[in-house]
Amino acid sequence: MKEKFAELEEKARRLRVAIVRTLHKSQSGHTGGSLSAIDMICTLYFHKMRHNPEEPGWDGRDRFVLSKGHAAPALYVTLAEAGYFPAEDLMTLRRLGSHLQGHPDSKVTPGVDVCTGSLGQGLSMANGMALGLKLDGKENRVYTVLGDGELQEGQVWEAAMAAAHYKSDNLCALIDANGLQIDGFVEKVMNVGSITDKFRAFGWHVIEIDGHNIAEIAAALDAAEAHKGAPTAIVAKTVKGKGVHLFENKAAYHGVTPSDAELPEALRCLGCLD
Amino acid sequence: MIATRDAYGETLAELGAENDKIVALDADLSGSTKTGVFAKKFPARFFQMGIAEANMVGTAAGLASVGKIPFLSTFAIFAAGRAWEQIRQAVAYPKANVKIVATHGGITVGEDGGSHQSVEDIAIMRAIPNMTVIVPADGEETKGAIRAAAAYKGPVYVRLGRNKVPTVFPAGHRFEIGKGCQLVEGSDLTFITTGLMTAQAVIAAERLKAEGISARVVHIGTIKPLDKELVLQAAEETGAIITAEEHSVVGGLGGAVAEFLSEECPTLMKRVGIYDRFGTSGKSEELLKYFGLNAETLVEQAREIVSRKK
Repeated sequence: MKEKFAELEEKARRLRVAIVRTLHKSQSGHTGGSLSAIDMICTLYFHKMRHNPEEPGWDGRDRFVLSKGHAAPALYVTLAEAGYFPAEDLMTLRRLGSHLQGHPDSKVTPGVDVCTGSLGQGLSMANGMALGLKLDGKENRVYTVLGDGELQEGQVWEAAMAAAHYKSDNLCALIDANGLQIDGFVEKVMNVGSITDKFRAFGWHVIEIDGHNIAEIAAALDAAEAHKGAPTAIVAKTVKGKGVHLFENKAAYHGVTPSDAELPEALRCLGCLD
Repeated sequence: MIATRDAYGETLAELGAENDKIVALDADLSGSTKTGVFAKKFPARFFQMGIAEANMVGTAAGLASVGKIPFLSTFAIFAAGRAWEQIRQAVAYPKANVKIVATHGGITVGEDGGSHQSVEDIAIMRAIPNMTVIVPADGEETKGAIRAAAAYKGPVYVRLGRNKVPTVFPAGHRFEIGKGCQLVEGSDLTFITTGLMTAQAVIAAERLKAEGISARVVHIGTIKPLDKELVLQAAEETGAIITAEEHSVVGGLGGAVAEFLSEECPTLMKRVGIYDRFGTSGKSEELLKYFGLNAETLVEQAREIVSRKK
């Protein structure tokens, strides 16, 4: 297992490089939140989820909903790495005619099942998928990644209530708690309070982890699957911009991309010395 | 006489027996929207979502994403109004196969008053790309519309009413999305109507006939996509158009017809509807009279438009 996790860590490092290169090329998009979520998305796609890049619509696949749709670059580099489309496509991000839209669009991107980007809606969609799959007696699981700022949207709590009410234990929500949103610190902008206590109060099974520790992420995903009778929330403490000190913990890098001047240092931080 | 919502409840339950992919969702109004009929027959396929419309729409989108055909219902103001952006993002943008069947549209909601009377839903649903907007005239057309919505792959908004309405179409009437229907032949003007105003237009045409005015009645069951051919033909052949709807004159059927004709065939026009104001409490029959949504108004407007033609 240790070797597997080391491999995943290396993959996550390469995905970070791809995020930085993609966003440097596009000069538009969300750097901080993509880097904070990537370890979880990497672990999901290359360790936990059943999916088939050769057949994106494969019936037996687990579902993934990027509720914090602005972290689309993290999803796109992962899908490219998995083989859903060529890595060169990443360089078209946000360009006119690209299948890689600013926020995930199921109509045009292979491997994307729903449209997200307007915050607060992904958990509802994920629970709808979970309900439908259960109705068919299927074992497929549904995963969704939300931001902590996103939890300010009331719809998230409507969905939290419904998922617990329907005992959607095939649903797992990962909260990328990087503590920052566009206007500043989450607790200053609009304090969400204890995410753990809130999900628990709504009837969820809750696990707290370090969202950059692959072994912890993997263990939490296994524990979520094993837990029956309630959906699981994995509250993952993360660092916005993780991996590149220029961007770490800076709200300013929510929607700002690496500049030409920053690129060499950003790549150096990620172990690229070329 | 049957309420369109009753025809919906009956048809949805029939469809449920025919196709196990059909599921239904409601936000604590299943007794009123009539999804309760489906819920009773197929409890496992009915999802009570509580008073949380935004989540209901997202949940329906998720269900559609795994192959279900979700019908979600609540009052028009809460579906189109409260959950507009969820419908845009989660349903219309991805072209999700979700059917939004909103009941209690318009002012005939009655006593509940302006807060509950949706007079804007047709306009705001019509403005969303990928959306199909249907407003049946009676129970028979509703049955056909619900079946057509189930068969169609993509987002559909169907607007229904609370009260019993006169029957316009014969039993077994075949509904086709995007196709209007000429109910009365006429050459002096055309009433282009939707929902419960169609029955009023038929009455008005009959009365006008006695006065020597030949009024055509064209029912538009699908506001979007609009049956442009039928509207254009009416404009060219009769030279005067009166639209009528239980909805604001802003952006609804009148808006759709005006937009189209002003570019393709500028025609003398009048819009009968609610003139940029909210509804109010009262009995529905009183309200229809209060807002001028009846055959009398149509007759008056017809006389006027015909006089202006000369």
